[in-house]
Amino acid sequence: MIGKFSLIPPSASTIASDVDTLFWFISAVTVFFSLLIAGTIIVFMVRFRRRREDEVPRHEDHGSYALEIAWTVIPFALTMVMFFWGASIYANMKRPPDDALHINVVGKQWMWKAQHMEGRREINEIHVPVGRPIRLSIASEDVIHSFYVPAFRIKQDAVPGRINQAWFEATTPGEYHLFCAEYCGTIHAGMIGKIVAMEPAAFQQWLAGGTPGAPAVPVAELGRQQFEQRGCQTCHSGQPGALGPALGGLHGASVPLADGTTVIADDNYLRESILNPHAKLVAGYSPIMPVYQGLLSEEQVMQLIAYIKSLPGDHS
Amino acid sequence: MAEALASAHAPDVHVLHVAHQFDDAEQQWTASTLGMWVFLAQEVLFFGGIFAVYVIYRTLYPDAFAVASNHLDVALGTFNTAVLIGSSLTMALAVHASQVGHRRALVGWILMTMLLGSVFLGVKVYEYAHKWHEHLVPGPWFQWHGEYPKQVEIFYSLYFGMTGLHALHMVVGLGIMTWLVVAARAGRFGPDYHNPVEITGLYWHFVDIVWIFLFPLLYLIGRHWHP
Amino acid sequence: MSAAPIPHGEPAGAGAARPTNYLNADYGVRSWLLTVDHKRIAVLYLVSITLFFLLGAAYAGAIRLELLTPRGDVFGDDTYNKMFTMHGIAMVFFFLIPSIPATLGNFLVPMMVGARDLAFPRINLLSWYLYMIGGLFALGAMVIGGVDTGWTFYTPFSTAYATTNVIPAAIGIFIAGFSSILTGLNFIVTIHTMRAPGLTWFRMPLFLWAHYATSLIMILGTPVVAVTILLVGLERMFGLGFFDPRLGGDPVLFQHLFWFYSHPAVYIMILPAQGVVSELVCAFSRKRVFGYAFICASSLLIAVLGFLVWGHHMFTTGQSVYAGMIFSFLSMFVAIPSAVKVFNWTATLYRGSIAWTAPMLYALGFIGLFTVGGLTGLFLSTLGTDVHLHDTYFVVAHFHYVMVGGAVMAYLGGLHYWWPKISGRLYPEAPAKISAALVFLGFNLTFFPQFVLGYMGMPRRYHVYVDEFQVLNVLSTAGATILGVGYILPLFYLIWSFRYGELAPPNPWGATGLEWQTPSPPPTENFVRTPVVTTDAYDYPHLELLPSPKEVPVG
Repeated sequence: MIGKFSLIPPSASTIASDVDTLFWFISAVTVFFSLLIAGTIIVFMVRFRRRREDEVPRHEDHGSYALEIAWTVIPFALTMVMFFWGASIYANMKRPPDDALHINVVGKQWMWKAQHMEGRREINEIHVPVGRPIRLSIASEDVIHSFYVPAFRIKQDAVPGRINQAWFEATTPGEYHLFCAEYCGTIHAGMIGKIVAMEPAAFQQWLAGGTPGAPAVPVAELGRQQFEQRGCQTCHSGQPGALGPALGGLHGASVPLADGTTVIADDNYLRESILNPHAKLVAGYSPIMPVYQGLLSEEQVMQLIAYIKSLPGDHS
Repeated sequence: MAEALASAHAPDVHVLHVAHQFDDAEQQWTASTLGMWVFLAQEVLFFGGIFAVYVIYRTLYPDAFAVASNHLDVALGTFNTAVLIGSSLTMALAVHASQVGHRRALVGWILMTMLLGSVFLGVKVYEYAHKWHEHLVPGPWFQWHGEYPKQVEIFYSLYFGMTGLHALHMVVGLGIMTWLVVAARAGRFGPDYHNPVEITGLYWHFVDIVWIFLFPLLYLIGRHWHP
Repeated sequence: MSAAPIPHGEPAGAGAARPTNYLNADYGVRSWLLTVDHKRIAVLYLVSITLFFLLGAAYAGAIRLELLTPRGDVFGDDTYNKMFTMHGIAMVFFFLIPSIPATLGNFLVPMMVGARDLAFPRINLLSWYLYMIGGLFALGAMVIGGVDTGWTFYTPFSTAYATTNVIPAAIGIFIAGFSSILTGLNFIVTIHTMRAPGLTWFRMPLFLWAHYATSLIMILGTPVVAVTILLVGLERMFGLGFFDPRLGGDPVLFQHLFWFYSHPAVYIMILPAQGVVSELVCAFSRKRVFGYAFICASSLLIAVLGFLVWGHHMFTTGQSVYAGMIFSFLSMFVAIPSAVKVFNWTATLYRGSIAWTAPMLYALGFIGLFTVGGLTGLFLSTLGTDVHLHDTYFVVAHFHYVMVGGAVMAYLGGLHYWWPKISGRLYPEAPAKISAALVFLGFNLTFFPQFVLGYMGMPRRYHVYVDEFQVLNVLSTAGATILGVGYILPLFYLIWSFRYGELAPPNPWGATGLEWQTPSPPPTENFVRTPVVTTDAYDYPHLELLPSPKEVPVG
C-alpha cells in the first residue's frame, strides 16, 4: 500500500504469494548456510586458536571424497529445486489468460501512458478491477524503461522496437506503487505512478466516467480511423486480387512468408509489418507497402493492432 | 652442418640473446610462441564479437544484405584475397629462410610480404574512396535510393567496421615487419634464433585467415558464378 | 595470547645499511617510470588503483549522502545520475578488475613460480601505461562534465539520447581493457612456461591457479566488450543503427554483447580474491588446504561456466521464455564451485593453528560475506524471484556483498599479508585489526538494509524515493560512514609503516611459499639461484621454522 511502511511489500496479486513463498524458501536456505558457515568458522577459530608462536600442526590431512561429493550434490539439489520452482512461476507469468482484460501501456521519457480498450486514457495511473486477469501490452517511445509494480511482484521492460506482454490479477483493492525500473535518463526516479485496484463495480463506474463532453473513443475505433486516414484499405480491402493481404482473422494465424518460412501473426509481427513491411514479406505479394517507421507513434501502432484484431474473418 | 650453411650465407655473427627473465633459449622460444598464440586467441574473440553482430543482422535482413553486398566490387575483393594469400606464402618463405639462415632471402621475402600487404591496403583505400563517392559511407552523408535504406546502412557500417579493423591489424603487421626487416638485414636471425620471424608469421597468417572469412561474408552474398 | 608475526630469520639490514633490494636499487623517477621489474610495476599499479578507489569511494559517499532523504536535496537529477555512473565506472573498470591481479598478481606470480620476472616484462609495463592512459580518458570525461548512462551503457539511451561525455569515457574503458588483456596474457605464459624445476601444476599455490583461471577470462572476455564499446562509439558518432530500433537495430543485442563480457568480468574480480583467501587460510591455520584438487577444479569450472550465464541479467527484457530457462539453469551450476570452495576453506580450519591476525580476520570475513553474497545470487538466478528483484536494491546489495564484502576484503587481507614482503616493513597490528572490524561492521550496516529495500521494491538508480524507504536508507548511510573510516585507516598506517614500521624478516608469518624464501623486500632478480621445488604447496607438516632471535611486539 502506498505510504505504509512495511518490511514486506503488500502482496496484492495472485502471483505475489507464490513469489513470496519461493523467496522465503531461498531465504531459509541462505540463512541456514550462512549461519552454518559463520558458526563453524567462529567455533573453529576459538577452539583451534594458535597457542604458541611456533605451533605447527603436524598431522596429515587427506581430504575426503565423501565430504566433497556431499557438499557438491546437496547444494546442487537445492539449486535445482529453486530452478524448477522459479521456472514454473515464470512460465505462469509469461502466459496471460485468454480472458484477460487488455490495456495498452506506453513508456516514454518520463511518464507512463495507458489506454483502456474502451478508450479511457491515463497518465501515470492505471485503474484496474480486482479479481480479473489484466494483460498489459507494453511499448516504449524512446529508450528502454521497465514497468514494475512491487506489490504485484511483476516487472516487464518496455523495449523500443517491440511490444512486450505482462499480466497480473489484483486481489485487494488499494493503491500500489508503479515504478520505472530501468534507468532512462534525467527523471528516471520521477517516472513513477500508481495502480488503482478497485472493486469491479466501482471500476465499471470509473471506466464509464472520464472527461464530460469528450467521450472516450474505443481503441479499436481509433485504429479504424488511422486505417482509413492513411488509406490502408486501398490495398488491404479484403477483396480477392487485392494488393495487400486480407487482415480479417489475421491475429494469431499462421502466415507463410516469401522466403518459405512461416510465422505466427502476433502483436510484434503486426507491429513490424506496419512499420517495416518488407522485413517479413508475405508469400505471393509484392513489396510495395510504404514504410511507416517514424510516421506512427507506438500508441497509434497499438490502436491499429487493436483494429486489426477486431476484424472478422478466417485466415486459413 | 647448419652452422656451415649459416656461415656460408650469413657471414655476420648473430648473437643469440636470452632475455634476463628466461632460464634458457628454449624457455624463451616456448614463452614467446605461446604468447603469440594466446594473443591470437584474444583476437579471435575480438573479431568474433563483430562477426556475431554481422551474423545476427544478416539473418534478420537477408535481402537487404544481399542487395548491399552486390554493390561491393567483387573483382577487387577477389584480387585482394589472392594478394593476401600470396603474402602469407611469402611470409612462410621468409620464416623458412630464417630457419635455414638465408639472410638475403629472408630480407627479400619480408619485403615482398610488405609489398603485397601494401598493395592490399592500397586497393582498400581505392575501394573506400569509391564508396565515399557513392555516398555509401555510413553517417549523416549516407544515401541509398533503393529498398531497405536503414538495413543497407547497417551492412555498410559492418563492412567498414570489419574491414577497417582488419586493415588496422594489417598496418600494425606492416609496422612489425619494418622492425623485422631492419633486424634481419643486421643479421639478427639465424637457425638458432628466428623466433620473432616465426611469431610475426603466425600473426600475419591470422590476419589472412580473418580476411578469408570476411571476403565471402561481405562480398559474396547471393552471388553466382557465371562462366 | 596474541598472534604476533613471527620473525623467522633476521630482518635484512637490521642496524647496518640495507642491502640492495628492488625498492632501493635506484631512486630515480625514470627508474620507476621505465622499470621492467614486475615488483615495481605492481607498486605503480598499487598507487594508481588506490587513487581510483578513493575517487570511486568519493562518488559512493555522494550517493549515500543524497539518499539520506527521500527528496533530491543534495544534487540535481542529472548530477546524481552522473554520480552513480562514475562510481560504477571507476570502481569496476579502474579498481576492481585490475586490483588483485595487477598489484598482488604482478608482484607474486613470478615469485611463486620461482622466476626472476614475468614472461614479458616490457608488455607488463605497457599494460600499466595503457591503464593510466585509459584512466586519464575516464577522468577527463568526468572533469569535462561527466557521464550519466550508468556503467552499463544500455542502448539506445547511451547511443542516441544521452547528452553527456559518453565517447571519452568509452575510450578510457576501451584502452583499459587492453591493459587487462596484456596482464592476463603475461600470467598465462608465465605459469605455463616458467615454473621452476619440480614445480608441477599440482604443486602450485592456489593463488597461481586462481590467477591462471582469471587470465583465461581476461583474454577471452575482454575483447568482446572492447568491440562492443567500439560499436557504441561509432553508433553515437555517426548515427549508425546497430542498437537503435528506429534504424533497424536491436537494443537488446547490446545487452547480450555487454553481458557476455561483464558477467565473466565478475569472476575476474572474485577468482583472484578466492586465490588470496586460500593463501591466507592456509598460512594462518598452518595447514594444507582441504581438497586442493577440488579448489583447482572449481576455479577452472567457474572460468568456463561463467561464460555461459550472461542472460540472467536479461530475464525481464521480453526474450523467449526458453532462453530465460536455459540461462537460469546454467546459472545454478556456476554457483556450486564457489560453494565447494567455502566448505573446503572452512574444513581447512579444523585442527589447524589459527592466528587471529588482521589478514586472517579479513579472510574469514570474506568467507562469511561471500557466502551471503553468493547465496543471494540464487534469488536472482531463480526466474520467479528475479522478476521482482531485478533492477532493485536487492541486486545492488548482492553485488556489493560479493565485490566489497568479498573481493575488497580479500584484497585488503592480501595487502596486509604480503605487506612485509612488498615494503620490507611490518604494519602495526592493532590498528589493522581495528580497521578490519570497522570494515566488517560498516559493510554489513551499509548493505544488509539494501536487501530489504530491494525486496520492498526500491528500484536502482533512484535519488528521489517514496517515504517508506527512508529508514533503511539512513541505516545504510550510517554504515557507509563507518565503512569509510575503516578504509581510510589502512591508508594512513600502511604509509606510516613504510617509514616507521618494524623491519620485516624474510618470513614473518612462518608460512610456506617460495616468496617467503627471499628477503623482505626481495632483490630485483627475486632469486639468486632458481629454486628447486620438491614438495606440495602447503607442506606444513614438514615446515621448519627458523628460531626467532627476538619477539616482535603485537603493536
